[in-house]
Amino acid sequence: MRHVITLLVENEFGVLARIAGLFSGRGFNIESLCVAESLDPTVSTMTIVTRGDDQIIEQVLKQLNKLIPVIKVVDLIEKDYVEREMVLIKVSATPQTREEILRIVDIFRGKVIDVGAKTYTIEITGDEKKINAILTLLKPLGIKEMVRTGQVAMIRGSKVITESS
Amino acid sequence: MKKTGAQIVIECLKREGVETIFTYPGGAILPIVDELMDSPFQQIMVRHEQAAVHSADGYARASGKVGVVLVTSGPGATNTVTGIVTAFMDSIPLVILTGQVPTLLIGNDAFQEADIVGITRPCTKHNYLVKDVKDLARIIKEAFYIAKTGRPGPVLVDLPKDVLINSTDFKYPDKVFIRGYNPTYEGHPGQIQRAIKLILKSKRPILYVGGGIISSNASKELLHFAERLGIPVTMTLMGLGGFPGNHPLSLGMLGMHGTYWANMAVMESDLLIAIGARFDDRVTGKIEAFAPQAKIIHIDIDPTSISKNVRVDLPIVGDCKRILTKMLSLLEDEDLNSFKEGLNKWYHQIEKFKTGHNMKYEQKDKIKPQYVVEKIYELTKGEAIISTEVGQNQMWTAQYYIFHKPRTLLTSGGLGTMGYGFPAAIGAQVAFPNKLVIDIAGDGSFQMNSQEIATAVHYNLPVKVAILNNNYLGMVRQWQEFFYQKRYACVCLKGASPDFVKLAEAYGAVGLRATKPEEVVPILEKAFSINKPVIMDFEVDPDENVYPMVPAGEPLNQMRLV
Repeated sequence: MRHVITLLVENEFGVLARIAGLFSGRGFNIESLCVAESLDPTVSTMTIVTRGDDQIIEQVLKQLNKLIPVIKVVDLIEKDYVEREMVLIKVSATPQTREEILRIVDIFRGKVIDVGAKTYTIEITGDEKKINAILTLLKPLGIKEMVRTGQVAMIRGSKVITESS
Repeated sequence: MKKTGAQIVIECLKREGVETIFTYPGGAILPIVDELMDSPFQQIMVRHEQAAVHSADGYARASGKVGVVLVTSGPGATNTVTGIVTAFMDSIPLVILTGQVPTLLIGNDAFQEADIVGITRPCTKHNYLVKDVKDLARIIKEAFYIAKTGRPGPVLVDLPKDVLINSTDFKYPDKVFIRGYNPTYEGHPGQIQRAIKLILKSKRPILYVGGGIISSNASKELLHFAERLGIPVTMTLMGLGGFPGNHPLSLGMLGMHGTYWANMAVMESDLLIAIGARFDDRVTGKIEAFAPQAKIIHIDIDPTSISKNVRVDLPIVGDCKRILTKMLSLLEDEDLNSFKEGLNKWYHQIEKFKTGHNMKYEQKDKIKPQYVVEKIYELTKGEAIISTEVGQNQMWTAQYYIFHKPRTLLTSGGLGTMGYGFPAAIGAQVAFPNKLVIDIAGDGSFQMNSQEIATAVHYNLPVKVAILNNNYLGMVRQWQEFFYQKRYACVCLKGASPDFVKLAEAYGAVGLRATKPEEVVPILEKAFSINKPVIMDFEVDPDENVYPMVPAGEPLNQMRLV
């Protein structure tokens, strides 16, 4: 099962290596990982998307908690949350396909951020479903390259994830 | 007052109450080594950095204090890795201080540079690279705190040479504040209540206890708990000594080479109370078939140990000692008569498992290794500190030496490090200069750190080594005999080992040899009476195997008995 895990970690060197090493050393998989400074500059927020059965996820959460620079671990699957990912897609644009690409981008509320002689570069933001949907539509038109940021996620409503929450 | 980084390290170690440092010098660590000249610490200079860590580990296991290691950068640091992993797997509190090239050179492949923080990240409880002398005191304080609190473990602090030379105002922090590190000590009260209920409902309960009993100093509480309820106790290798092995409720060790009755009792029990143990594969055998009828209560300070290998019915995270104390206080007002009467059938069943299945060997003209261990036990009355190497020597020690007290067995349980026992014995002897410390060794394992005879002689540490010399890497040979059609590749040491008596003498130690059974006791008596390091070479039956044995991956009741 797919899990989205939010971590608060000390904003110091080596923390990412500890977390990546934990996953590789224990054979857990990382589908995506996103990390940057949080509101508090001494703390970074990390979003990890992983898959595993209940026992594996229980171990993942406990092992993450055991790392000294990890301040907080929240498995969002138990919460109501929103998630977003940004993707840059370079797609072939011929006189025959330009119109259609623009229409798809428009429907998905994406943006064309660069235009080449034979390509469009598209920026699209959404959850996993939306991203997969646009990729399915663009694929037959010829995707030349794709770069994804990985998921970021947040609990809905007024609840926040803080050190003490 | 301003102090250099090196002076700060010394000052911090003093404040932490450090008495002994196991060290090997080198270029990058020289600023601290120089300060050692005027320091109050006992310095034990070993002959190989791996042994420094094993010695500090033996010191820590025997005394309960944090072991401290000081080595240089590069090879000095990388040589510590096996020792660190050994301590990590067995939850032993160590602080390892490594020299490092100056900060400006880090990453440049400088002379004697190794990324030891990167190398030891997965095998330390935590590690640090100190980049600024201003952080030094805080980091050392944290290192000791992390090493000895919660589930103990090794912490490494990497010290670039310029950080040791630079100066700053010294102030030792009074308190540690690490927001991501808050070990749980008190067990959840509701869970404890539920555990008591589950116990009082059981008919065939068994306590399965591990090294956590020893690291949390909970032996007394465990004894009271087991006696109060009359529940039989089986121990893991790491748990030996945590409960008196000669107690009527002791079933001895369980697992691959455990006693027949302990393994059968686990398989037949209806409630397994695991305390400070982690369901290692050498303990459980085939995991799906482990304790099939039992509900499982698991008490452990490390939440990751719980439900890692087996599904647990009732977990309690916390310190063994505090949880046992809490349980005992809750039991105070309970009427336990009917519960205890109900156990009589269970005792009878266990007695039946014991009948005809006692540990045995047959001594004829050759010395049996078990006989040597048994005689060591009889002569020392179980009062010695025993270390072991890894393999048959380790298992025979676990089976034939009865451990009465905690912290009297030093053995590499998790990692299974050959070459651990001798330097660990040296470390224990440093902690207890007047106690008898004996390394029960194999001829293969002993050679993995035999250079440490020099350290023992240098500091006149009267450690005794009993080599059960079968001219084989015996445990590997046993597996080849059972599982590889007796194809004995790479295990025979006959004619290829040194004369251990001469080797001892070459270093200035005493060497003794026994070739016949009747020589065993006189040789042991003589060795124990000499106040110097003694290496005893017992020429034992090369074909002897360790029984019982549960082949790897089989259920615990599938034991080979002969």
